[in-house]
Amino acid sequence: MTVKTLSNVRSLMRETRLPPVYAILVVVFVAAVVLDAIFGRGQITSSTILTNMVVRSVALGIVAMGQTFVMLAASIDLSVAYLISVTAVMASYLMQGDPNRVPMAVAAVFGIGAVVGLVNGLIVSKLKVNPFIATLGVGLVLKGLLNASFETFVGAVPRSFQTLGYGQIGPIPISILVLLAVTIIGALVLSRTKFGAHLYAVGGNVETSRLSGLRTDRVIILAHVICSLTAVLTGLFVVSRLRSGAPWVGTDGLYDLESIAAVVVGGTALSGGKGGVVGTLAGVLIFGILDTMFNQLGVDTFLKQVLRGAIIILAVASYTIRSREKAA
Amino acid sequence: MAQLSTIGQEKSWRDRILSGLRSVSPIYVVLILLLIGIGTQNPVFLEPSGILNLLRRAAPLMILTAGQLFVIVSGGFDLSVGSIMSLTVIGASLLINNDPTNAWWVILVLFGIGIVAGLINGALVSYLKVPSLIATLGMLLALRGAGLYWTGGAPRGYLTDNFRAFGRGWLEPVPWVERFPYAVIVLIVVSAILIYLFHYTNLGRQLLAVGDNPRAAKLAGIQVEKMRIVAFAVSAVTAVIAGILQGGFGGVNPDAGDGYELQAISAAVLGGAVLLGGRGSVPAAIAGALALEALFTLLNLLGLPKPLRDAVQGLIIIGAVAYAAFSGRRSR
Amino acid sequence: MLNKNKKRSWLVLLALVALIFGLVACGGSDTEEPAGDDTAAEDTAVEEPAAEEPAVEEPVAAGLESDAAEVKSEFFSQEQYDRSMRQMTLTAEGPEGEPWLQYLEAEFVDTSEFAKDGPYTFCFSNAGVNNPWRVVGYNTMLAEVDLHPEIEEFIHVDAEGSDEKQISDIADLVAGGNCDVLIVSPNTTAALTPAVEQACEVLPVIVFDRGVFTDCPVSFVQPIGGYAFGEAGARYIIDNCGDDCNVLALRILPGVDVLEERWASAKLAFEGAGNINVIGVEFGDGDNAKVKSIVTDYLDRFGQIDAVWMDAGATAVAALEAFEDAGQPYPIIVGEDQQDFLVKWQENGLSGIAPTFPTFQWRTPIIAGLRIMNGEELPAVWRLPQPIITNDNLDQYVQPNMPPLHYAMCGCEGMPDFPGRWGGE
Repeated sequence: MTVKTLSNVRSLMRETRLPPVYAILVVVFVAAVVLDAIFGRGQITSSTILTNMVVRSVALGIVAMGQTFVMLAASIDLSVAYLISVTAVMASYLMQGDPNRVPMAVAAVFGIGAVVGLVNGLIVSKLKVNPFIATLGVGLVLKGLLNASFETFVGAVPRSFQTLGYGQIGPIPISILVLLAVTIIGALVLSRTKFGAHLYAVGGNVETSRLSGLRTDRVIILAHVICSLTAVLTGLFVVSRLRSGAPWVGTDGLYDLESIAAVVVGGTALSGGKGGVVGTLAGVLIFGILDTMFNQLGVDTFLKQVLRGAIIILAVASYTIRSREKAA
Repeated sequence: MAQLSTIGQEKSWRDRILSGLRSVSPIYVVLILLLIGIGTQNPVFLEPSGILNLLRRAAPLMILTAGQLFVIVSGGFDLSVGSIMSLTVIGASLLINNDPTNAWWVILVLFGIGIVAGLINGALVSYLKVPSLIATLGMLLALRGAGLYWTGGAPRGYLTDNFRAFGRGWLEPVPWVERFPYAVIVLIVVSAILIYLFHYTNLGRQLLAVGDNPRAAKLAGIQVEKMRIVAFAVSAVTAVIAGILQGGFGGVNPDAGDGYELQAISAAVLGGAVLLGGRGSVPAAIAGALALEALFTLLNLLGLPKPLRDAVQGLIIIGAVAYAAFSGRRSR
Repeated sequence: MLNKNKKRSWLVLLALVALIFGLVACGGSDTEEPAGDDTAAEDTAVEEPAAEEPAVEEPVAAGLESDAAEVKSEFFSQEQYDRSMRQMTLTAEGPEGEPWLQYLEAEFVDTSEFAKDGPYTFCFSNAGVNNPWRVVGYNTMLAEVDLHPEIEEFIHVDAEGSDEKQISDIADLVAGGNCDVLIVSPNTTAALTPAVEQACEVLPVIVFDRGVFTDCPVSFVQPIGGYAFGEAGARYIIDNCGDDCNVLALRILPGVDVLEERWASAKLAFEGAGNINVIGVEFGDGDNAKVKSIVTDYLDRFGQIDAVWMDAGATAVAALEAFEDAGQPYPIIVGEDQQDFLVKWQENGLSGIAPTFPTFQWRTPIIAGLRIMNGEELPAVWRLPQPIITNDNLDQYVQPNMPPLHYAMCGCEGMPDFPGRWGGE
């Protein structure tokens, strides 16, 4: 690529106000298509594989949207993986395969999620515990309570509920629409509401925000509640795919660290105050493309892990390197 | 709240250490409480041999935590240490190739690998400005894969007895205790070196300054980038040592270090270290690690079902940090 | 501000202290309670020391009453247990010396509808290669593929231990449209069922290792199973341990069906035996260091352990080392077919047994796939034999040239690139 086209791309992105991560997304996608054409079976561009590529990003994507909110507030949430497990187990336990119990179960798990988010937010904002430790601790507590009550798959969701995971409207899977809806709502909340503006302010500088009269604690708590609610939604999506929930589904999916990685790859600063859910969507899709590409090319499992680690670092480096700010 | 830290800088280093020790006292209280708890359950654990046994068991985590502290006070995280531990065990099993005479150069090579990993971590954070959480998370994934890719998925050879002696062997006879585990000797030596480096040389002061305020540190003439790299290198070296001890104790195992990274961070925080930098002490961090291990032992002795042990561990970590945050110092 | 914080900090510290002491207090009563309700014999021993041996301060063993020993009803099926026990007594049909081709109590299905001319593309959705057993198995499967030139392409996708990922992987393989046969090693039984059902509608599916809750796959390949595994080890201990036998049972983790089955049948056997005193049931997470620490603690508390039962042998050597380090004689030990254990067993002349969950089962799905392509009939449930390594046949399985975590029951000795492909020399 010549310098000129590169600057053209940049100005185009500035005009459309797309975060720079979309440039990486395009590069990764083109690389995947080219590599697949040369070494693989050249199927990556078929519509079903493309659709699957997005579907495989949905579970991570939904929770990453919530993770974006807490990270914008300069916080972090390591408890999401356990909350996803709790949701999956509780939902299938409460539903017991009975369609009539779906509304009750859904209400119950969202209730649990709200409480967990509230607890996270209160510990972080009122007890002043570093969010890394606070949510790690809450995660351990959730894990303990969950494993004390359940050991394996319990109950089941009714067939009708599986529409969330497997259903389609025309050619488009419902799960993709859910992911898009969450992204759009997230983007609107961030750009159009007072809360969104406050979130960026608090993440940018808590002290200044407090001094300028913001109720910073409330903003942080609300961000945590939102994050927990998206974790619940991911849990519901996962259980609809698995038909039944087990205590390990969240942690085995690595949703905690991967959601953080996806958010940062998507351009949200770990130090808070910068970024947004639109970037996160690209971050999540990059992970989906990599997974699909590795599968199509038959990359060795262990090499795959090495590459994934390296790509996360390089993607983030590609824009941090230009910033003059300190990293921590 | 910010003035407090600048006051600290005006004090002499001696005062600083004293006040540092005074300010982290809670962990020692918690540790003593836990030991009393253990004693009420099973007095055998508080006999000299029982204490040595606890120390031997806790040695990998204690050493790892002391190294992690170097990174934490400088304002970062090191999530890659667990993978470095596993890589050490896997690498040793491959390189020793069942021949005890290889053990010595293999240990040197392992330290070399560890230092390189630490330097990469440091360079990513310092020069590519990747946040350490992400840089070391990427390294965690990459190193975990690299170790297994190197050996084709599973360890290739046995760990020879001379290699394992560090984690498994002991001196005997020793007065009072009959036998004295080598792991505890390693623990004492490594702790002494790290305490010396951190509290009795410029290194510790500079790391604290970097973590407290990198810009101010830079203006004060500290080479911030180099300091960060040194911190990650120290952490990686302690991870190699912890890996050698752990592999020595338990034998060859492809995931010997899994989960140790979060335990080490929790332990350092229990020991009063402040995440994102600026405050911490090596002895307190080591005490934090011992407290965590003592907590596991106590919960075990109490016969609590395993799931509840997790929950209690979570509550205690949050509680301890909340306590630290409220004991009248700055909180972040 | 500072004062307020100080006050709160005291509150938090108080809460912490209360928590720790509360734990100690209720934990103490926890360990005392079982002594009261269930071990009446020991109670009388304490009250009337004259009537019993002078060893008064024997620690209370929660043993079979502890939480870790519980077998939830969802993990026990009498029907499967009976089948498992019955099949261990039968002789498998099929070619002698090639257990991966043998089968027990098979009902054959016709596959002529799938017959097809080669060359073939075989697809494999793997739960993961996240432990040495799976690594050995996967290498064996690749070697089997190499034996058959008519398999032109072998597509392997690895779910890295995630159900959700494996569902997407299967969807990708089906959507790609290249696969002639789909082989699935499910990450978990329940969760992969919907994905396998969807794949069954499009192409012939073979499931092995763990099962799925549907009979839509053409063939399901699995050795006799967990009940037989657990029972074999327990029975050996019961028969060889003498009159008053202290047994420590070590499990990996709760909730995994295969492992629960192993423990369920062992527990049943121990309960029915008169000579067994299970002093503890503990979870070691399959972690050497943890297992070694647990065994060391039990040796400290009980002085003597006569036998160690394990639900998987990966940490058997670590358990034995705890005895070495404590200067205690080796116990009767239940391990598995991992080389490090077999070598130690042979070197020290231990009294041991190694039930196996044989890795040669990774060969069978490829063979089954080819039979389907040829339209030949094959067992709908391909029940493989499950050999046991004993003191008598130990020598034939010890291979000092193989890596410590190699599984001897791979049936791979005559395959291409042996032993290099499996890490041997």
